[in-house]
Amino acid sequence: MEKEIKKSSLSVSENGIEKKTTQKRLEVLKTYKIYIGGQFPRTESGRYYVASSAAGKQLANVCLSSRKDFRDAVVAARNAFGGWSNRAAFNRGQILYRMAEMLEGRKAQFIEELIQQDTSRSKAEKEVNLAIDRLIYYSGWCDKFQQVFSAVNPVATSHFNFSVPEPTGVVSIIAPQQDGLIGLVSVIAPVIAGGNTCIVLASESKPLCSVTFAEVINSSDMPAGVVNILTGKPSELASWFVNHMDVNATIYCEKDSSVQKMMQDKAALNVKRIFFYDKINWNSDEGQSPYFIMDTQEIKTTWHPIEHIAGSGGGY
Amino acid sequence: MPVTNKKNIKKSNTIKLKFDTGWSYAPAPESKSSASFNKQYDLFINGEWVNPLSHKYFDTINPANEEKLAEVAEANAADVDRAVKAARNAYEKVWKKMPAKERAKYIFRIARMIQERAREFAIIESMDGGKPIRESRDFDIPTAANHFFYYAGWADKLEYAFPNRNSNSLGVAGQIIPWNFPMLMAAWKIAPALATGNTVVLKPAETTPLTAMKLAEVIRESGLPEGVVNIVSGGGATGAAIVNHPDINKIAFTGSTEVGKLIQRAVAGTNKKVTLELGGKAANIIFEDAPIDQAVEGVINGVYFNQGHVCCAGSRLYVQESVAKELIRKLRDRIETLIVGDPLDKNTDIGAINSRQQLDTIHKYLKIGKDEGYQMYESSCSLPAKGYWCRPTIFTDVAQSARIAQEEIFGPVLAILTFRTDDEVIQKANNTPYGLSAGVWTDKGSKIFNMTKRMRAGVIWANTFNKFDPTSPFGGYKESGYGREGGLHGLLPYVNLSN
Repeated sequence: MEKEIKKSSLSVSENGIEKKTTQKRLEVLKTYKIYIGGQFPRTESGRYYVASSAAGKQLANVCLSSRKDFRDAVVAARNAFGGWSNRAAFNRGQILYRMAEMLEGRKAQFIEELIQQDTSRSKAEKEVNLAIDRLIYYSGWCDKFQQVFSAVNPVATSHFNFSVPEPTGVVSIIAPQQDGLIGLVSVIAPVIAGGNTCIVLASESKPLCSVTFAEVINSSDMPAGVVNILTGKPSELASWFVNHMDVNATIYCEKDSSVQKMMQDKAALNVKRIFFYDKINWNSDEGQSPYFIMDTQEIKTTWHPIEHIAGSGGGY
Repeated sequence: MPVTNKKNIKKSNTIKLKFDTGWSYAPAPESKSSASFNKQYDLFINGEWVNPLSHKYFDTINPANEEKLAEVAEANAADVDRAVKAARNAYEKVWKKMPAKERAKYIFRIARMIQERAREFAIIESMDGGKPIRESRDFDIPTAANHFFYYAGWADKLEYAFPNRNSNSLGVAGQIIPWNFPMLMAAWKIAPALATGNTVVLKPAETTPLTAMKLAEVIRESGLPEGVVNIVSGGGATGAAIVNHPDINKIAFTGSTEVGKLIQRAVAGTNKKVTLELGGKAANIIFEDAPIDQAVEGVINGVYFNQGHVCCAGSRLYVQESVAKELIRKLRDRIETLIVGDPLDKNTDIGAINSRQQLDTIHKYLKIGKDEGYQMYESSCSLPAKGYWCRPTIFTDVAQSARIAQEEIFGPVLAILTFRTDDEVIQKANNTPYGLSAGVWTDKGSKIFNMTKRMRAGVIWANTFNKFDPTSPFGGYKESGYGREGGLHGLLPYVNLSN
């Protein structure tokens, strides 16, 4: 885990005169924690697992989140839902744009983490650029998808009738395992652009970017609890992600058909909406679309009478 | 200024209506002579009436007099398999390949033929299901025909429905419909499925199969290619055979949340696309500034329409405290005027309860409401000696936690609760696992939009209730199901989108 600094560093002697020294500066290592309700706690379980590179190099001790962490995150997400869904769509767009700005500013760190997790430098740079652009893409959709997918319905009676999308509520997401950053960003962005709040389980094998991305979110004026990010094992947490009664929808991004079946089965507990994004190439254009936003939207139809006083039928 | 004599001031809204005038309505029964149906119906598979492999038939009765109307075939798994094979064959060989505008013309033709035979459909609907002829004649049947008309026009315009995407039909749709709006629900299911290029296996409800059988006749006469629509009658086992059939691509279900959850579990591990339109416990909210007399009519229509057999019924009434006393008195007066009786009488407001089983359910809830200590009022009207009947009933001073305020009763039973502030009533209204519909009554426009935005339900009526239209999407949030029926949004459940 420790990275030694090869270059000799400067130090200050007792009499204040700088002098060259051969003593190595010990690097400050980052503690990878989870993100719940705008805070960075360790898992309440006190458990961890070691994230390592393919070559077996230890990269970090990562929180092995528990069912209780997930439940805490659902509470945070539910509390945040009213405020976030009621924000002006324009304002949500501003915050997603701010996330892109923050990510742009910390590009180097994300590229470094991706490289540590066995991505080549050129691919890592591409992935980070794409993640930034994807946030911009969804930032722009925040105040537009409603117009594209709404309708004023020409009912035969004397009513004004219209249908608009509204966020489904709290969404639990098991993020793609392969694409540590672009996968994570691609599943979070459409859900929150539409006004939902979410709990995301990051890639088990490539968790570093997810925690750093939480720091990006945390410095983007995003209200606490809108995005909650856990690290841990899907095999342990998947069933809790789908059977919690205060979760309205679940997104699962892997192909494991037995997990998919288990999820569909448990989703029936509270008629949860279930989506499997298991055939999507997140590194391509098919990884972004307003139809992803619409997956976690409900259509609300409102009827309002039109008064019929002095209905002479005359025009102007 | 002269001093007003307070004794002479009587606000008009405090005058009790007098109904005991001695006047009564003469019977005005609709003639049954213009409706005919067979004594026995087989299964409608591949454009033909075929004997059920099960060799079983069950009776369908008139709930207003408990007399047998006809017997109907009970499809078993083998029968369902035959129907699915016919639907698959029709899909692959005919329907999928047919130019969309030709598909449209078949659906238009079905719409027209329902319109032509509307009176017959209405009479049979009221006889088989117990609903007042006024409703089947003026609502169920015309709206069903309009639904076919609306979706017919979509068939060759789907490229305008989904921006930047192509829509592809799914294949065979298995559709299971309830007994509360038998013909209308058949239209809600079949019309969008056909318009988007799918073929259909439809199961009508066990207690109300007759209009579906008549619809099969219309479909046959329309010349719709064989096997595009197949209608198999039966009960829960027949429905399960449809849900579990491996060659069905899509399940559309309207019914209880309990069965909806079973279906969601049953399709786990398959690629079947599902839409569920399930139960509800709609909050109907009346603010003190609402036009009270209009609101009273809205509440009556909200909960007593179709004997309360409505998934979106406004069965939870929230009244602002300052007007609660007045409103409850007016409601009590108003339910006295509702005419309960012969569904075929054109003056009837409340017809027969659909089945013995449903009547038992309603009675169970009336007992629960009384046992939990809530004040119950029911109309003093007399009920016919035979058949299944329930007086319009209201419970007052009901607690949020009461079972009659939490659970769907599906009968003419209203639970009345009170509130003081906007925030309080929003919390109470949304505090339910359901989210199908809701209503709000106030004279203030900005308050309407505040409430309609904050209520978590798929259909919201402001200063009106229980309005439906083919162009208007219908469907729920939360445990009231997912997917929409009606309107542009009702197309999506029947297509796959591709780039």
